[in-house]
This record gives sequence, structure tokens and C-alpha cells, in this order.
Amino acid sequence: MSAFFTKSMARNIFYGGTLFSVLLFLALTFHTTWRLPGRIPTETPAPEVARGKMLWETRNCIGCHTLLGEGAYFAPELGNVYKRRGPDFIKIWIKAQPTKVPGRRQMPQFNFSDQQLDDLVAFLKWTSEINTEKWPPNIEG
Amino acid sequence: MQLLQYKSQAVAKPYFIAAIALFVGQILFGLILGLQYVVGDFLFPAIPFNIARMVHTNLLIVWLLFGFMGAAYYLVPEESETELHSPLLAYLMFWIFLIAGALTIVGYLMVPYASLAQMTGNETLETMGREFLEQPLPTKLGIVVVALAFLYNIGMTILKGRKTALSIILLTGLVGLAVLFLFAFYNPSNLVKDKYFWWWVVHLWVEGVWELIMAAILGFVLLKITGVDREVIEKWLYVIITLALVSGLIGTGHHYYWIGTPGYWQWWGGIFSALEPLPFFAMTVFCFNMVNRRRREHPNKAATLWALGTGVMAFLGAGVWGFLHTLAPINYYTHGTQITAAHGHLAFFGAYVMVVLTIISYAMPMLRGREVNPERAQVLEMWSFWLMTVSMVFITLFLTAAGILQVWLQRIIPSPQSFMAVQDQLHIFYWLRWLAGLVFSVGLAVYLYSFFAKDKPQTAEAGEAQPAAT
Repeated sequence: MSAFFTKSMARNIFYGGTLFSVLLFLALTFHTTWRLPGRIPTETPAPEVARGKMLWETRNCIGCHTLLGEGAYFAPELGNVYKRRGPDFIKIWIKAQPTKVPGRRQMPQFNFSDQQLDDLVAFLKWTSEINTEKWPPNIEG
Repeated sequence: MQLLQYKSQAVAKPYFIAAIALFVGQILFGLILGLQYVVGDFLFPAIPFNIARMVHTNLLIVWLLFGFMGAAYYLVPEESETELHSPLLAYLMFWIFLIAGALTIVGYLMVPYASLAQMTGNETLETMGREFLEQPLPTKLGIVVVALAFLYNIGMTILKGRKTALSIILLTGLVGLAVLFLFAFYNPSNLVKDKYFWWWVVHLWVEGVWELIMAAILGFVLLKITGVDREVIEKWLYVIITLALVSGLIGTGHHYYWIGTPGYWQWWGGIFSALEPLPFFAMTVFCFNMVNRRRREHPNKAATLWALGTGVMAFLGAGVWGFLHTLAPINYYTHGTQITAAHGHLAFFGAYVMVVLTIISYAMPMLRGREVNPERAQVLEMWSFWLMTVSMVFITLFLTAAGILQVWLQRIIPSPQSFMAVQDQLHIFYWLRWLAGLVFSVGLAVYLYSFFAKDKPQTAEAGEAQPAAT
């Protein structure tokens, strides 16, 4: 970098570029938030969905599974599991864990009540109805 | 000869030691996780995969933060040409952070996560159970307290002393780190909003403000070991961080393709994140340029190697492996697969692990009262550099191979297979990855040993000389 490109020029470009990017990012964020209600099943998730989300979080499900592609990659994608398996299968599956098949990946037993299972399924159903631009490519997730 | 220009730089030492100790813990849990990928019930139910993963990733974050704080405490007094505002506060925060971190890890391992949430008041403010932000509320609050005290200490030091571009860039990065962490406390029941702002911590840390911290640390070490003019180095730093933030801020959009956010993010995110390799490429050119234009032969060869290695590996891991799957039409197929895991490993290692090991390599000898480590210790340290770096490249290559096969079998072929059916066919790559992980652990062991290695007796006086006496 030659002498006519000085440190203070570089610094000014940094401040200007950063400010511009921050403002643009905030504008896009504002627009996204404004557009969001049309892309999710209900603008304010129902109480059972919120409770289900809390169960999802406090059992650290994201530590093995992905949800809309984010999380760990040890166990199946669950963003579309409601559509892949349906509510009854999900409940039976959770109740049957761990499978204890030697050498297989194991999921813990969480001892959920029926109410909690319903909440969790409500959360997974809500999640499966988000407009994800047709992701994942197929039902297997 | 006085090795530390300012006595208070010594507070960096415990931070670096803690960083290395937690690094060892991170790798141990990495080995457990790697084995669980192939022996699914390994250590189940004592340490389920999700718990081990949480320990692995949280230890990484915490030890890198220890490294960043140690780096700041070491370089800010030297840059500001004044003693640290309060060494006592720095020591106090060290113990608070270490104890809070240790208790959190013990909590993860000893108590079921749901009980931990209940015990720590998660119901008053639900923040737990989101990837990387799993810490209980008291830990999160502790992080805020430590960060505020740290920023106060560093800020006051810079304020009373010389203000260099380098220290201002470091401070900007650190303030950004602390401010963005506050989004960890925002967890709406609307999953899309939750995810949207979760990335303000995760992405804007590692592909935003952390790059400022990294550039500053790298710039400081290069300044010291090459003797190149400060004006040149700081000009480079501004160019690097401009590229980082201009590409990285809107580049956040590459996480907004498939989580419910509008489709236009595929364009915004794709175009800007395609530019994200540029700051890392600039770092590579910067490192080699500075070393080539060096005005002195610094005796710490290991530190020079780490600095050059950071330049190269950050570009490969964060730049190239990030670019591989950042464009929306590709990401549509690779999102949430082992491709992401491959990128994550090389990016974190190449950028942040290596930059912390660079500053430790440069500063630790002086913190231990010697100008540089003895020759044999440096040779061992350079061996550990190659063992860890090459094995991490192989971990990345094996995970990439697994990822490509996973994408093919699960998402591309006409009759896609289920997740677990596909995983069963990837075992060979997971085993190879685990072996590469073992080699990495050997590299880490050599690294640890290098701190205690002395020269052979015939050259002992060079290594054993007491700096105070010279």
C-alpha cells in the first residue's frame, strides 16, 4: 500500500463502511420483523407452543438434534418431524427412549407427562408450519 | 534486563494458564463425542452426547475468552505505555470467571439439564437450552459482570495512556463482544425471532467483532516480532477490519435462508457472505508481508510460526470452508450437515484457537521470566503446531467427506434415505476423524510438555539463565 493511501484514510473508510453496514443491517432487520407475521403460523405462539418450546430448551434437545438445520448433527432434523412422523409417533417414540440397542445412539428418557408431550408436539407442529423457503429438500430432513 | 515493560502485564499469566487447562478439557470431551458418533451408547447414560457437546463447545468459548482477556491485559499496558488501571480487579475477575465457569461445567455433568434449569431460576428469565448459550442464568449474569469489570479496567488504562489504533481496535472488538452478548438474554417464544437474534450473538461474535480482536492480537505480535513500522501495521488492521465488518454484518444473512425469514436474505446473505473470505485473505497477506519485511530476527521462532499459521489456517477454515457452503443454492442441500461441522472445526481452530496460541507463544516466555523459550522447547512447540494443525485439517477433510456423502444419500438421490440410515454408512469417515482427533491430542500433549522442556545439559546455560541476573 503506497504512501497516498494513509492510515487515517483507512480509518475513515472503516468508520464509514461500518456505519453504513450497521444501518443497512438494522433496516433489513426492521423489514424482516415487519414481514414475519405472514411467514409463521400464528403471530403470537399459543401458550402450549410456548410451553413446548421451554421443554425443548430445558431438555437441551438442540445438543443432539437440528431444528431448521441449526443445532447438533448427531440426531435427526426435527423442524419437519411433525410432518414426517405425525403427533402419535412422536409421543410414542419419546416415551420408548432409550432403545438400549447396543452400539446405537441413545436418547435419554425425560419422563414427560401427557400434558408435556402435548405441549412439545404443539411446538413441533408450530415449527413445521413456518415458511422456510421449502427447506429441507425432502421429508427426511 | 526487565522483560515485562509494565509489571501489571503479569496478570495475563493466570488467564493464559486457565485457557490452556480448559483447552485440554475441551479436547477430552471432543474425543468422547467423536467416539459417540460411532459407538452410539458410549458413556450413556452417564454422559449423553448433548451434555458432552455442551461441555466441548462451552469450554471452547470460555477458554478463548480467557485467551482474549489475557491478551488484552498483556498488550494494552504496553500499547498505552502505562500500568494497568487495576491489577487487583483483573485478578479478582479471573477467579470469579474461573469458578463460575468450573461450577457451570460441574453443573452440566452432575445434574440433569432440566433440574439445573430449575435450580438456577431459568423460569424467571428463560435463556437456557439454545446452542452455545446453554449457560444457566447466574453464569450468564456472571459473564456480564466479568465483561463489564474487564472493559472498565482495559478502558481506563487506554484512557489514561497512549491511544494507539491497535488498542482502539481491540477495545472496539471487546465492547462489541460484551454488547452483543446481551442478546443472549432475549428469548421470545416466537422461534423465528429467537433464532434471528440468537445469531446476533453467535454470528456477530465470530464473523464480526471477534475478527477485530483477532486482528489486533495478530497485529501486536507481528509488530513485536518483525519490527515493521507501526503505521504500516495499523493501516493493514483498518483494511482488514473494514472488510470484516462490511462483509460480516450483512453476511449474517447466510443464516437467514431457511429459518422463516424472507427469501430476499438468500441474495443479501449470499452476496455479502461470499465476501467474507476477503478479510481472512487480507490477514494471510498481512502476516506474510510483515514477516518478509521484518527488520529484526526475533528469537521466538515458535511465535512467528503460530502467527503465520493463523494467517493461513483462518483463511482456509473460515474463508474457504465457509465459502464452500455459503451460497443459498448450495446451502439448501448442505445446511445442518457434517459440512457445517467441518467448517466449524477448521474455522474456530484456524482463526481463534491459533491466534490465542500465537499471543501465548509470544508472551508466555516473558511472563515466565525469560526472553524466549530454550531451543528445545521451541522445537517441541513447533512440533505441536504441526501435529495439531495437520490433524485438524484431516478432521475437516473427513467430516467434509462424510458431509458430501450425507447430502447425497439424504437429500439428492431420487429415493432419499432417513437420517440414521445415512449415518450408519458414514462410520468409516467418523472413525478416521476420531483417529485424527487422537493425533490432535498427541499434539496437545507435546504442546503442554514444551512448557517444561529444557535444553540438553551442554547448552543448559542459555536456557536456564536467570533473566533478572542479566
